[in-house]
Amino acid sequence: MTGRRAVDAEVVDDGQHTDDAGPSYGAPAALWRTLERARPPLPVFTSPVRGPWLTSVLAAVLLVGLPVLLVTGLLSYAAYEPRLGGALPADPGVLRLPHFAWPTGPSWLYRVNQGLHVGLGLALVPVVLAKLWSVLPKLFAWPPARSLAQVLERLSLLLLVGSILFELVTGVLNIQYWYVFGFDFYTAHYYGAWVFLGAFALHVFLKLPTMVRSLRSRSLREELRTPLARTVAEPPDLHGLVSPTPGEPTISRRGVLALVGGASALLTLVTLGETVGIRATALLSPRGRSYGDGPNDFQVNRTARAAQVVAAGDDWRLVLRGGPREVSLSRAELLAMPQHTAELPIACVEGWSTVQTWTGVRLRDLAALAGVPEPSRGTVRSLEQAGAFAQAVLSGGQLGAGDALLALRVNGVDLSLDHGYPARTIVPAAPGVHNTKWVREIELLA
Amino acid sequence: MKRLYGAGPLHLLALLACFALAGAAAQRVGQDPLRLRYAVWFIGAALAHDLLLFPLYALLDRSLGSLVRRRRVPDLGSVNYVRVPALLSGLLLLVFAPVILQRSEGAYGAASGLDQDPYLGRWLAVSGVLFLASAVLYALRGRRA
Repeated sequence: MTGRRAVDAEVVDDGQHTDDAGPSYGAPAALWRTLERARPPLPVFTSPVRGPWLTSVLAAVLLVGLPVLLVTGLLSYAAYEPRLGGALPADPGVLRLPHFAWPTGPSWLYRVNQGLHVGLGLALVPVVLAKLWSVLPKLFAWPPARSLAQVLERLSLLLLVGSILFELVTGVLNIQYWYVFGFDFYTAHYYGAWVFLGAFALHVFLKLPTMVRSLRSRSLREELRTPLARTVAEPPDLHGLVSPTPGEPTISRRGVLALVGGASALLTLVTLGETVGIRATALLSPRGRSYGDGPNDFQVNRTARAAQVVAAGDDWRLVLRGGPREVSLSRAELLAMPQHTAELPIACVEGWSTVQTWTGVRLRDLAALAGVPEPSRGTVRSLEQAGAFAQAVLSGGQLGAGDALLALRVNGVDLSLDHGYPARTIVPAAPGVHNTKWVREIELLA
Repeated sequence: MKRLYGAGPLHLLALLACFALAGAAAQRVGQDPLRLRYAVWFIGAALAHDLLLFPLYALLDRSLGSLVRRRRVPDLGSVNYVRVPALLSGLLLLVFAPVILQRSEGAYGAASGLDQDPYLGRWLAVSGVLFLASAVLYALRGRRA
C-alpha cells in the first residue's frame, strides 16, 4: 500500500514532494474506486529495459533539443517580418511576438537558423519516438486517474504529445511539399508551437525533479559499460514504467541509446547536405538533388512555369515608385549603373540553402535614384500574378543593407528565367521567398 | 485542496496556465474555416502514434523475437542484426514517405522543376546497405565466437 501511496504523490508531484502522501483518491473517491475496479483487458508491457532512468536520459536530450526547435521556429516567424505583413499568421492576436526588425547580418543568420530548425527537428524524430515508446505503459495504466488532478494532467499530456507530433508531422510533410493536411502550414505550425510551449513548460515544471532523481539513480558511465549479458531490469519504480513481468532482455540499455543516437545520425547524414552544401550524402533530402554544374544550376524554389512567367523581352522596364516622380529603367540602364557583387545564401524555410555570387545594383542606390534615399519600407512586386510571394515588403534596414541587391547576374552570367530573369532581389539573412524573382516594380515609402 | 483535487494549488495553477495558452491558440485557429482539420490532425497525430504506429512496430518486433526464441540454442541478442537495420529503414520510410512514394510530384515539380523518381531507389539502396552491413557484422561475430 505504501507503494501505491507513493505513486500518487509522484504523479501529482508539485515540486514540494513529501513522504506525507495524503489520500489515495481525490474527490469523489467512490467514482475513482469504481473506475479502478472496472479494469478492462489492457496490453502487457514486458520490455526489461523500460524504466525511469532510460526515459530520463531521452527526456534530458529533448529538454535541450525541443527548446532550440521552439526558439528557431519563432525566430523564423520574426524573420518573415509580421509587422510588414510578410508572415503567416498575419494577426496572431495575443500570441504575437514582441516586434523587432530582423537583422541583415550576418548573411548566414537565416540559413543557420533554418538549417538548425529543420535538421534538429529531423534528428529529434527518433528521440521523440523512443521517449514515447518508453512511457507508453503509462497510457494504459489502470485506473487512468484517481483524482481530478490526474485527469487534468493526462489532458495536458494529450496537448504535449499531440502538439509535438503535430509539429513534427506538419514540418516533415511541408519540407516534402505534401500539403495533404489542407490548412496553411505556416499558420498551423505557429499555433501548434504555442500549444507545445505551454504543455512543455508545464511538463518540465511537473517532471523535472523526477527526471533529475531518475538520472541520479544509475551511473551513465556504468550503463555504457553494461553489455546485454549483464543487463537487468531497473528496480520496481513508482512510475509504472518498469515492467512487473519483465521478459529476457534482447538489447541492453546502451544498445537502445546507441540505436536512437544512430537513427538521429542517419537522418542527419541523409539530409544535412541540403544545408551545408554537400549534396552527395543528402540522398533522401527533398531538395538534395543536383541541377548540374552550370552557373545557374542551383536550387529553384518556384519555376517560371509554375509562376506562369514568360521570358521578359527588351521592352521590360523596372519601375521605381514612391518618389517625387516615377522612374523607369531598362535592363541595359540597370547594367550601366554601378554594379555590386556579393556572396549571399538563399535559405529556405524548409531548411535547404545555397550560397551563390550575385551581381547587380544595390537597392539603396535604386532608392536614391527614385528620390527616396532613406525609405522606411519598400514593396517589391513580381511579374508573377498569383502566388503568396508575388510581392514582398522589405524593411528600411533591408533596403539600406550594403549587400542587398537587385541582382541581374549570378556567378558571372545572366540570371536564368527560373532564377528570376530579368532581375531579382537578394537580401542578406532574409527568408528565401522574400527575395522576389522577376521583379517589375519597387514601391518605396519614405 | 489536496483531498478534493488530488494535488496542491500550484499544480492546478500550472495546468490552468497551460490550458489557457492552448485555448488562446485554439481560439485563433477557430476563426479558420478549416478549424476541424487542425483538430483532426492534432488529435489524429497522437492517436495514430499510440494506436497504430506503436502496435504495428511492437507486433513486428514481437514476431521477430519469437523467431529467435524458436531456435534450438536461443541467442537473444542476434535479433538485433535484423531489428536494427529494419528499424532504421522503416524510420527513413516513415519520415520520407512523401518523396519516396512520390506523393507530392505536382507541388514538388512546380517548386523545384525536378521529379521525385530517384527517391524510391535511394531508399532501397540505403536500406540494402544497412542490411548488408548488419549481415557482415553478424558473419564476423559468428566467426569470432
